[in-house]
Amino acid sequence: MPLIPLSYWDLAAAGLLLLVNGALSVAMALRLERPLLLAAVRMVVQLSLVGLVLNQLFALRSPWLTLGMAAVMVGFAGHEILGRQDRTLSGGWTYGLGAGSMAFAASLVMLMALTTAIRPDPWYDPRYAIPMLGMVLGNTMSGVSLALNTLSNAAVRERAAIEARLALGSSRWEALRTQQRQALRTGMMPIVNAMAATGVVSLPGMMTGQILGGVNPNEAVKYQILIMFLIAGATGLGVLLATFGAVHRLTDARDRLRLDRLNAYDR
Amino acid sequence: MLSVHDLATPVLKPASLSVAEGECVAVQGPSGAGKSVLLRAIADLDPNTGTVSLGDRSREAMPAPAWRRLVAYVAAESGWWLERVGDHFADPGAALPLVEALDLPAGALEWPVARLSTGERQRLAFARTLVQRPAVLLLDEPTAALDEASVDRVETLLRAELARGVAILIVTHAAAQAERLANRTLRMEMGRLLVPPPAELGEGH
Repeated sequence: MPLIPLSYWDLAAAGLLLLVNGALSVAMALRLERPLLLAAVRMVVQLSLVGLVLNQLFALRSPWLTLGMAAVMVGFAGHEILGRQDRTLSGGWTYGLGAGSMAFAASLVMLMALTTAIRPDPWYDPRYAIPMLGMVLGNTMSGVSLALNTLSNAAVRERAAIEARLALGSSRWEALRTQQRQALRTGMMPIVNAMAATGVVSLPGMMTGQILGGVNPNEAVKYQILIMFLIAGATGLGVLLATFGAVHRLTDARDRLRLDRLNAYDR
Repeated sequence: MLSVHDLATPVLKPASLSVAEGECVAVQGPSGAGKSVLLRAIADLDPNTGTVSLGDRSREAMPAPAWRRLVAYVAAESGWWLERVGDHFADPGAALPLVEALDLPAGALEWPVARLSTGERQRLAFARTLVQRPAVLLLDEPTAALDEASVDRVETLLRAELARGVAILIVTHAAAQAERLANRTLRMEMGRLLVPPPAELGEGH
């Protein structure tokens, strides 16, 4: 089944739905019309640009351009992790820990998938590498930012408990174990929930897209399962690295709790 | 036994003191003078400079957790990390006599932490440390939230520890408590540990 192409008139017609939203906002004084318009314009511009970039990228199939694109994506995701923290780590760790854990976990999982399961030719073929990296990265980013935020807030809130454990002779890893475990669980929860609900409550976007593009549903489902496993693997690894790094940074070699290495609450 | 030389943090001006085996030294001074900071620095809970040693064992020569098991700090505000009181004890069996000596029912170890009163928390946190048999106790207002009878119980236990040769450094607001327990009293003001004149030092012993 061939893909039914969309004309710009088709998009414009669908865009009219936003006018309905805008009218509703004005009528009910929701004051959403400006943010709504802005978000819609951003969406159209960003996606159009990405379309152009991907077109070029896929045509050139250059390993360096592909790597560059991946680096840009990691950069944005790292910035997003930072933006989702109530309290950030001070020093070079502010950006590095979240972005580093996420980048390492996502790259490892992607390399594995591209060299074993999918094996496109060449293996870095951007048509496979870039969209899949986007999905893995997006989910790992959510997990890592949730975990880091949970851990740093718990360390501040439960300071008395952590220091009581230290004073009783626990190592820094023991003293923060409860908080680290809580952070790991929080970071993993979205993907666990997503796996449990997928197919019953929601049809994942990628699978839907492949089906719309004419792919046999059985094949689309297999891709979706693969992606879910990759996401779960990358999120688990990323969250683990990030929490170990954060515990390491929030304590020192003499097993002290170092909340002075957290920047002040900034929300 | 415990000797502290030029111990300093950003708040604490270089402080030197020593506490002998079986000796109790009280630290008094206005709020915010740095009394807790001093105890925390000795326990190595905050970054600090200076040298601290226990007998001939230097603090820096051993891992911090090992040091804190020997030189145990009991904070004014106790911390709890599990639901059940007993789970916070290294050896709940050994804790029973202590719990009873502190006028708490033996069943207290089975209680959920959330149901403890401030005074019960303070006594149980004290017992939790005593069970580990530290050589030095650094106590920060150990009886602040307690009624008279409980204060008595805690002080009786402290005397027993002193008789065993444990060294105690106690921060207390109550001058009467310092009088009852301490061999001598040090004063702290604005981050400075005041050295008493030699005559006074002689009297205390």
